[in-house]
Amino acid sequence: MTDHEQTAGRAWVFGDDVDTDVLAPGKYMKSSIEELSRHCLEAVEPEFAASVRVGDVVVGRRNFGAGSSREQAPQALKHLGVAAVVAESFAGLFYRNAMNLGLAVVVCSDAGKIRAGDRLRVDPGAGRIENLTHHEVLSCEPIPAHLMQMLEDGGLMASLEKRLAKERTP
Amino acid sequence: MIAQNVMQTLAQKIIARAAGRQSVVPGEIVTCALDLALMHDSGGPRRVKPMLEKLGAKVWDPEKIVVITDHYLPANNEESRNIIRIAREWVKEAGVTRFHDGIGICHVVLPQKGYLRPGMFAVGGDSHSPTGGAFGAYMFGIGATEMLGVLVTGEIWLKVPHTILVEWHGSLSTAVSAKDMMLALCAKLGLDGGQYQAIQYCGDTVARLSMQERMTLCNMTPEVGAQTGLIAPDQVTAAYLESVGVVGIDTAKWQTDPGAPILAQHLFSADKLEPQVAAPHSPANAGPVSVHRGTKINTAYIGACTGAKIEDLRMAARVLKGKHAASHVRFVVAPASAQDQKMAEEEGTLKILVAAGAELLGNSCGICAGYGDDRLSENEVAITSTARNFKGRMGPGSSQVYLASPYTVAASAIKGEIADPREMLHD
Ligand code: SF4
Repeated sequence: MTDHEQTAGRAWVFGDDVDTDVLAPGKYMKSSIEELSRHCLEAVEPEFAASVRVGDVVVGRRNFGAGSSREQAPQALKHLGVAAVVAESFAGLFYRNAMNLGLAVVVCSDAGKIRAGDRLRVDPGAGRIENLTHHEVLSCEPIPAHLMQMLEDGGLMASLEKRLAKERTP
Repeated sequence: MIAQNVMQTLAQKIIARAAGRQSVVPGEIVTCALDLALMHDSGGPRRVKPMLEKLGAKVWDPEKIVVITDHYLPANNEESRNIIRIAREWVKEAGVTRFHDGIGICHVVLPQKGYLRPGMFAVGGDSHSPTGGAFGAYMFGIGATEMLGVLVTGEIWLKVPHTILVEWHGSLSTAVSAKDMMLALCAKLGLDGGQYQAIQYCGDTVARLSMQERMTLCNMTPEVGAQTGLIAPDQVTAAYLESVGVVGIDTAKWQTDPGAPILAQHLFSADKLEPQVAAPHSPANAGPVSVHRGTKINTAYIGACTGAKIEDLRMAARVLKGKHAASHVRFVVAPASAQDQKMAEEEGTLKILVAAGAELLGNSCGICAGYGDDRLSENEVAITSTARNFKGRMGPGSSQVYLASPYTVAASAIKGEIADPREMLHD
């Protein structure tokens, strides 16, 4: 196995307006994230939660994450090991929530070129996606610097920890 | 030097004030100080408490925090009871006194308590937080981790939005309401037409709407993907606020300047608007009621922050007066707050609904959130006055939810199928 293959994830491809009720179904919202994650996307792709592997990439088209503020939507994806979500556009609330949790969300106008099962290497910092299956490089919107910093810290919680530690040291 | 002639939208003015600036430009990223943070039981204490403890941090200002329980009520299972208990305990620990437990849905209770005023910059741990925009506040929804950041720092970053004007002119016909205006907007813009920018509702139709109807407009703004929806304050705003003890507000200050930068303007005619119905599984699947007329329903639900305020209950009662829901229909009413329910009781509205066969649920999110035990069942077809009908939200994936105004839900309850309320109401 080459380095590339080790870090590449398989693409799970969805359509427009994948919503938060589908990502984090209300029925399981009172349950633990472990239980909730088992039902992530089941209404549209029953196999997803059981088959997704660590490092896989979820690909959507327009307005990924529409709907609720429930953070369990990106949290479920992260819990299942999803490395990044790539879409033509994201619902603003989902975008913020995912970044806050340290899940990279990448805006890519060419997301529609990605096919289910393609092996992808996503580099959110550089704003590029390498499609190893089709030997193709897709360029993406760069992530604003302050968000990239937070993502590198591991999310908002980690960056708050850093900030508080700094404030506490005299 | 202070630029004298920078024309700004209402959204820009509020953000500039909160960012400690004279003016801001759409697209720039700024950090704003918060005037208010709203949390409910689901995204609130049960999520932020452990994170605050992990950080060893305290809340920045308990006076600016409001906690309202609504999603897991009635708490008829152990998990729900636990979630509610955490909220009750946490507010005590954190010193939050603006805590309202079981008296209604957060977006409806918030203005009733006089917590909102024009020019405020606020967040809520719920996507329908833009409801506060009806009062000329910049209010938007955030998730639990971001709420943690707010609680610790009292600040939040924001990309200054462009403003999209949604302008309505003319008079709404009998049995047509703010809900129909929003469903028509969803059909026109789609779920992402708002581009996470700010929508400002204006025009003479909007100016004539009551505060609760304006709340319905702003409430459904997230359905078109905008960050917030606002209405510039006027005498209607001032009169409402006075009734809840908020006096001396400056309405002139919080207006969009003529010539301020506008991203897009959408013009609608209220005269021509027909009752709207959105088919499963998206609010954007909206169209005139005639398209779905005759579709058999099992359930008619008047509920949610969107569609069960006193004025929504009155709309339903106007249609249902002296009539009864069809025998095969489950007709459910969950008044949005205790106060709305009390008013409905006192004036006789509730009596009409109950006489029409309404089963009353508590003043909470109820079936709308789909978090509790009361959910739709397999293949159930419902028409509801709620905000969203995504697959699997209110019941299993096989359940079908049609969105409509309280008028249309009431008319459909009577017929047992989707019906046009204009045929039952004549003015
Ligand atoms: S009533 Fe429905 S839309 Fe309103 S806050 Fe509750 S769950 Fe959300």
